[in-house]
Amino acid sequence: MHWESWSAFWAMGGRAPFVWGSYGVALALMLLELWLLRRQWRQTLAAVVEANQGSWASDAGEFTGEEGQ
Amino acid sequence: MSLAAWRQASEAKMRSPKSWWRFAAPKEFFWLTGKLAPWFAGAALLLFLIGGYAAFFLAPSDFRQGEVYRIIYIHVPAAWLSMICYLAMAFWGIVGLTLNTRVSFLMAHALAPTGALWCFVALWTGALWGKPTWGTYWAWDARMTSQLLLLFLYLGYIALVRAIEEPRRADRAGAILAIVGSINVPIIYFSVQWWNTLHQGASVSLTKAPTMATVMVVTMLIMTLAVWSYSIAVVLWRARALVLLREAHADWARREALRRLGGSEKG
Repeated sequence: MHWESWSAFWAMGGRAPFVWGSYGVALALMLLELWLLRRQWRQTLAAVVEANQGSWASDAGEFTGEEGQ
Repeated sequence: MSLAAWRQASEAKMRSPKSWWRFAAPKEFFWLTGKLAPWFAGAALLLFLIGGYAAFFLAPSDFRQGEVYRIIYIHVPAAWLSMICYLAMAFWGIVGLTLNTRVSFLMAHALAPTGALWCFVALWTGALWGKPTWGTYWAWDARMTSQLLLLFLYLGYIALVRAIEEPRRADRAGAILAIVGSINVPIIYFSVQWWNTLHQGASVSLTKAPTMATVMVVTMLIMTLAVWSYSIAVVLWRARALVLLREAHADWARREALRRLGGSEKG
């Protein structure tokens, strides 16, 4: 093991803000990207269904007569 | 062979069920990437865990810089990927412009945010590394300035593609920006040789033995593979969303969306 103690590990030889600031921001941005991607995916599914809703409504309208003027 | 004839031949290949070209068809692309992306995501998680452990517990301190040098294990992979993502964008732009394949342009669109992320991470970690070792967060030297330009190229690409309503025009304009902007990538890479920069020269290159201890090089390679795998997974997932949206009116896309939304509605 490289470190004498956990506190020595977290202190990073007195450079803790620089080291953890680097890894912390990189990790946070990756998690943010994954979250945004999940949101985009759900919005996409909803948008694709919605984009087709019009055509179904008119299909249904032909059968039920609801679409008439 | 004329370009038109070549395109015709390519399109025939895309329709052939035995050719790899068939994955240029949106539906096939969607299917293949759906199979591939989870594997890359799993590999990324595993490699990040191994690489992170190696970076903080196996790699020794640097004899001059002490512990702060450990930033290298995220800084260098991020910088590499920021350049590779841009080159990949330009590549898909060229493919899209010559073969007229829609999915190629969507791959380029999908690459931009992830490339921008790595570009920002490279700049951010570089600043945090520069302060304790050089005494400054930033200098307008050739390496740093060209890397900052890369970030603006990514943001410019994203803004350009979003600003143009008509998808086909947005695809083409983006591809041209990606291709022209890729000139900046070799400038970033060779800047430390061409100019006198505050930024150091390469510690690891393809042509000569690395100037680092083996455990450090291996750790950096594991972290690089982790960043690669993460990027591939994320880019493929994003491309899938873009393909599905672009093909919204295709029958397969509608069925996929319905099925994934829970599928209670009638397909």
